[in-house]
Amino acid sequence: METEVLTPEVQEGFDCVYNKPDTLTDTRFHYCPGCGHGVAHRLLMEVIAELGIQEETIGVAPVGCSVFAYHYMNIDMQEAAHGRASAVATGVKRVLPDKYVFSYQGDGDLAAIGTAETIHTVNRGENILMIFINNGIYGMTGGQMAPTTLANMVTSTSPYGRSTEWAGFPLKITEMLAMLPGAYYVTRQAVHTPNSVRKAKKAIKLGFEYQKLKRGTCFIEIVSNCPSGWKMNPVDSNKWLEANMLTMYPLGDIKVPVKEGQGE
Amino acid sequence: MIKGYIAIDKEICKGCELCIEACPQGSLILSQSINHRGYRYAELKEDNCTGCTNCALVCPDAAIMVYRAAKAKKAV
Repeated sequence: METEVLTPEVQEGFDCVYNKPDTLTDTRFHYCPGCGHGVAHRLLMEVIAELGIQEETIGVAPVGCSVFAYHYMNIDMQEAAHGRASAVATGVKRVLPDKYVFSYQGDGDLAAIGTAETIHTVNRGENILMIFINNGIYGMTGGQMAPTTLANMVTSTSPYGRSTEWAGFPLKITEMLAMLPGAYYVTRQAVHTPNSVRKAKKAIKLGFEYQKLKRGTCFIEIVSNCPSGWKMNPVDSNKWLEANMLTMYPLGDIKVPVKEGQGE
Repeated sequence: MIKGYIAIDKEICKGCELCIEACPQGSLILSQSINHRGYRYAELKEDNCTGCTNCALVCPDAAIMVYRAAKAKKAV
């Protein structure tokens, strides 16, 4: 999937103010048009490039749509079994405590099959950054109902909408994890508008900076869209996200470090 | 008004139209032709780009590079 890279000539009197970071490889993303995974990958790599920690960062890729994350991120990566990215990241961080370690998981990986690993990793307060992409659906396997699917949302395994009597309620795992003492910084961001992208980038940067202080787990949920799974075009899916997903999953910091930890 | 321009890698663009939605100047449009993958790609329609980087921020495929006019140096 290697493609020729566009290198346009810079016109005289102009500065390049935005470019793809070097930490992303030249491989094209395999994601569907408009998918939030691409933005999340780019933000993560931009932060790593800005902090200059490309050589010292180890990522753990999940199973799900982002299973090929190691093709796109030009850093050391490790693939984990389904749902076990946080357990693998724990091992990596304990063997190499001076490296920056992050896990990147979707909602089927982190909130369904990997719930036990996720909760215990945060409860142990491992010094890792966990990125959680929440699009409320199993994207890779064809849009089935996930634990985070909204009530009455139509998916291929809930064609009449998710019945809360039969299938339970949407799992707010980020709020659950914020209650654990091991969690140091827990926040929920989105990537559907330019402003939310800027805020998400700041949150990811904070996550890496806090990891240096060795205070506990940083957990960043990114509410994302899934145009293919939701059967919408990308623009409509972002509008639907704002109208429906964000009422169930409100954006903002859920747990911020106490004052003593700041200003170092 | 600050002048800017963008370069879109048309082979990477998947025509998701998120940049068109995000552009405050309305200067982006989907092309009439298609790229090798069969997608209509985004391109600059008008010459009123300010280099605000909104399109590049929401681009899921990192296909957009943004250039902005350098600030004029103060007269000595």
